[in-house]
Amino acid sequence: MAQYLYYPGCSMDGTGRAYHDSIEAVLPTLDIRLAELDDWNCCGATEYMGISPLRSQALVGRNLALAEKQKNGSNTLVAPCSACYVNLARTDSYVRESKELAATINEALAADGMSYTPGSIEVRHLLEIMIDDIGLDELGKHVTRPLKGLKLAPYMGCLVSRPDYDDRWQHREHPHALDQLLLTLGADVVEFSRRTDCCGGHMTQISPDTGLELIRRLIVAAERSGAHALVTVCPMCQMNVDFYQREMNHHYRENHHMPILFFTQLMGLAYGMSAKSLGIGREIISSREALANIGIEVPLTEEEEAELAAAAKPARRKRGDVSLPSPEPRQDEEALR
Amino acid sequence: MPKAQVPPPPAPIGGRRPPTFQEEVIASIPADSRLETCIQCGTCGGSCPSERDMDHTPRQIFALIRAGARDRVMNSNTPWMCVSCYLCAVRCPQQIHIPDVMYALKAKATKEDRVPSHVAPDFSRTFVDYIHKYGRSFEVGLVAKHYLRHYPLRLPNMATSGMGMVTKGRMGFMPHRIKGVEGLNAILDRASELEDAKQRSLYDAPAKEGAH
Repeated sequence: MAQYLYYPGCSMDGTGRAYHDSIEAVLPTLDIRLAELDDWNCCGATEYMGISPLRSQALVGRNLALAEKQKNGSNTLVAPCSACYVNLARTDSYVRESKELAATINEALAADGMSYTPGSIEVRHLLEIMIDDIGLDELGKHVTRPLKGLKLAPYMGCLVSRPDYDDRWQHREHPHALDQLLLTLGADVVEFSRRTDCCGGHMTQISPDTGLELIRRLIVAAERSGAHALVTVCPMCQMNVDFYQREMNHHYRENHHMPILFFTQLMGLAYGMSAKSLGIGREIISSREALANIGIEVPLTEEEEAELAAAAKPARRKRGDVSLPSPEPRQDEEALR
Repeated sequence: MPKAQVPPPPAPIGGRRPPTFQEEVIASIPADSRLETCIQCGTCGGSCPSERDMDHTPRQIFALIRAGARDRVMNSNTPWMCVSCYLCAVRCPQQIHIPDVMYALKAKATKEDRVPSHVAPDFSRTFVDYIHKYGRSFEVGLVAKHYLRHYPLRLPNMATSGMGMVTKGRMGFMPHRIKGVEGLNAILDRASELEDAKQRSLYDAPAKEGAH
């Protein structure tokens, strides 16, 4: 059994619920145990550094100190969100590099009786755990429903293979780790040129024109590559491509429909789990059509059921409509013969 | 035409001089940024996905920092347009931590309240305020507050997707407050003091030879 310390990050309870659901669902199959860090705090995302660089390091320092205190059996801290991952990895790398910074951070941590020994914790992304620790062979062993016929664009996003503080990635701009994982699941992986391009991060909040342009580039590239869906490893990328896709369509007066799923959701599908248990259906841009290609049915959400029920009801006569009610043509032609 | 800005004269031998703008920026970056090693090749700007929305390319910003053109750097929107994708950082032949330089410039501009637009610093502040209050981010409050203040006209079009987020169970309406929130604030306050002390020490210590 593989055991790790786990830093879920703030999105997991909210916008990244589907990621949370699917991670929970696939862990037992792979015999992985994630021990959530007690009382962890926000990593600062891309915002805290813009207010104060040193405070942002101390903010992350608290999480590392908690991890050091809590480590039992494992000194690996796993983050499923790319932004959390890079923030934790940055501080960890900087305090190893600079004794002066380590001393400063520890002086700040001492204000709450905490401390962190540089190098005592190893920070890794969930994707790295799957590929390097569990391994493709093991990941492939559990496949009961190969995703053959489902064309997927592997969108790794920017922050897993970059900046790569510990030189773990051979290709920082065109890594193929996610491709390999999806191929292991039996999916058809398309060549996706923008695999490590930026989703815009917080640009949808602070400069929508910039953010929407970056989202559009990704979606157009995925469409051109013939993909049915994008696959991501980060809740922030998912949120940008999914939630802001309608806004993007509105902005450019276009009509794209490119669903984006988490890699753990596809793992679960290949392992024969139900779409619902993996949080599929929580996306704004529905993956129903995409998954229909391989005969997977996505259950209707309450919202969609209500919509269908409304459409099924006969339309009420409008006020002031004086036309005579016309007879409905019979549907059962067989019976007439 | 703005008057060309002349870099400060080199340090008098054995004497003291005020820090150059470049030294100030470098000192406000927690790790070794290697900013002073920039060779002005322009790989950063050529790699940047949001470069076309920037007033200056990253290379120009580094040249301006070196030239001591404080006002032009502080009023530039470049750091605010950085998406932190690290493409420039991994391509930089001098391995400069470029996003860290951008963060430091943002923090400096926020502190001095010299920002080209208030949208981005407001977003950061709202975000950070939630961290101080709860220890974690609060997505619903953050986005709602921010859009109401800065993009009210975009809200009607976003409503459908927003409702979708609610019905699909992707919105947490209650922020989660961590137990150690007071301790966290104590840590952050101490970090602030240490940061200020470091900036002040720039003016106290004798200038290093050839440091600028």
